[in-house]
Amino acid sequence: MIDTLNSLALGFSVALQPAVLFYAVLGCVVGTLVGVLPGLGPLAGISLLLPLTYGLTPTTAIVLLAGIYYGAMYGGSTTSILMRIPGEAASVITCVDGHAMTLKGRAGAALAIAALGSFVAGTLSVVALMLLAPPLASFALRFGPPEYVALLLLGFILLSYMSSGPMVNTLAMAALGLILGTVGIDLLSGFHRFTYGVTDLADGLGIVPVAVGLFGLSEILLTAGGDTPPSVYKPKLRELVPSREELKASISPCLRGSVLGFLIGIIPGSAHIISSFVSYGVEKRISKHPERFGHGAVEGVAGPESANNAAASGAFVPMLALGLPSGPIPAVLLAALMIHGVAPGPLLMEQHPDLVWGFIASMYIGNLVLLILNLPLVGIFVNVLRIPYSYLYPTIVVFCVLGVYAVNSSVVDVWIMLATGAVGYGLRKFEFDMAPAVLGMILSPIFEMSLGQSLAMSGGSYGIFLDRPIALTMLIMVLALLGLSLRDALKRQRGGWRTGAGLDA
Amino acid sequence: MSSNAADRTPPRPGFWTGDRVAGIALIVAAAALAFETRVLPLGSLGRPGPGYAPLLYAVILGVLGAGIAARRGGTPLGAIRWGEARHALMILLACGFAALAIERLGFRLTMLALVAFLLGVVERRPALPTALVSLGLSFGCYFVFWTLLRVPLPTGPFGL
Repeated sequence: MIDTLNSLALGFSVALQPAVLFYAVLGCVVGTLVGVLPGLGPLAGISLLLPLTYGLTPTTAIVLLAGIYYGAMYGGSTTSILMRIPGEAASVITCVDGHAMTLKGRAGAALAIAALGSFVAGTLSVVALMLLAPPLASFALRFGPPEYVALLLLGFILLSYMSSGPMVNTLAMAALGLILGTVGIDLLSGFHRFTYGVTDLADGLGIVPVAVGLFGLSEILLTAGGDTPPSVYKPKLRELVPSREELKASISPCLRGSVLGFLIGIIPGSAHIISSFVSYGVEKRISKHPERFGHGAVEGVAGPESANNAAASGAFVPMLALGLPSGPIPAVLLAALMIHGVAPGPLLMEQHPDLVWGFIASMYIGNLVLLILNLPLVGIFVNVLRIPYSYLYPTIVVFCVLGVYAVNSSVVDVWIMLATGAVGYGLRKFEFDMAPAVLGMILSPIFEMSLGQSLAMSGGSYGIFLDRPIALTMLIMVLALLGLSLRDALKRQRGGWRTGAGLDA
Repeated sequence: MSSNAADRTPPRPGFWTGDRVAGIALIVAAAALAFETRVLPLGSLGRPGPGYAPLLYAVILGVLGAGIAARRGGTPLGAIRWGEARHALMILLACGFAALAIERLGFRLTMLALVAFLLGVVERRPALPTALVSLGLSFGCYFVFWTLLRVPLPTGPFGL
């Protein structure tokens, strides 16, 4: 504990440096804008702004990008509550009761509860991250290739089990991602796979062009054509004070949302989206008056908003401790670290304590900045939505092309973005979630490499996975989850927990 | 945000649902991928070759695609609206042009043409705002990213 506090003190000494502080605030402001804009989610925002970090130190770069991430989590709620337009997918559920509160004249209270819930959840989950990441990193040093294979298998099964929408769709998208991840030189044999003589593909498909294509460009393709600027309701400062009853009713959902969100955040997948739906489902189920949900229940705002912000921090646990991304956003952040010459993995906390702890400390500061930003400046942020979409989307397209091209100065990356954008558009028309595809693509080379190394260690015997206790435990968990999935599938008619939480489409 | 089908009364469900079309598309993609792996050594179960993982994933994708295609219910194909498809196609064409032109015409001219096309042709916005936004975006981005942040961006004829 003393070590953790000492490390945190080191982190604050880094995070309070003027340059780091400036980029933390800048990230929060940009992130809030990204969250407010319906055409941009946090992933597309981070990917597009990655080139901005090239001239920065690794610490300022990661602080800026993480600020964009949790800033977008905050910003997304604003338009959900005021206009029933979710700025990003995690805020979809906030539309339901948040906008109902606006219609009842309680917009200010809804915004305040969302911001306070996000602040509480963000702060609590950073404490949990701080306490959980170092021991997990120490534990992960015992991991060899067989353990990584088992961990990734467990991750994929958890991803499908916890996903929003049909599990078979999630697994199909993960399989598609795994296939995309095989493009390039096979690290074990040196064979070129699916490169068709294009040298730029030898290193595989880049995470940035694929992520921008599947999330950013496909979103524009889906939304372009609509052009009526929404009417913007601007709450006054004095309306932002929630009543005592509203505050009292929000405390428990906030705390439950924080715990749920953090735990779901650690699990692979679109944690911030899933956590908000699960939190809403839980609050509705345990409420004494579930009939109020959908008609302006403050718990329906407090729970999901806390959960999605806690999930944003939870997602950093495997990223910092294991060097494994739990979703596309941590994957882009890991890519940003690698661009700056920092190798992610269990040794990251030992080798770069200033970066890791500076990043964690900056999250405390970021949460405070966002609380200050989101309440008094809410009127300014929602004004962005007055810009007609016909002017907004060409701007986003320019940033898509610029962001993707600038990573490697490669036109091939722009073509990859274009192709994945078109595929993503088609798949999203048929209601497929794109996050498992990106996650599968990122984890595919790690999975294949670890499997190959495991089999090389054992002389081709799969018994190695049963001989190692950690790997065996994780494989038993895989089997248990598969059993639960089967049971849920059989019980679906009667409404399993996924149906109750709103995950089954 | 992306759903287009849910807010209308669906037509009478028939054989062709969204799930069925998507499932068949995934099966076709999996079959094409499995065909492409024929040039890669497959190896064995205990010693997988470079073709092993892609083939395995293709089989999994095909099976899951079959599962999706076989699912009952789902959105009828006629209920999926494609009203934005023309815009989507134009945007894809514009991005294709950008990919072809960016290293020939340079960043500024390419983005100028891209934005002018999207605003002036696709969106039919008035000429003055189109010109101002196109110029502002292309030259503004170049100034911020190249001049201030030193992100390398290509230049074209006359150093533009």
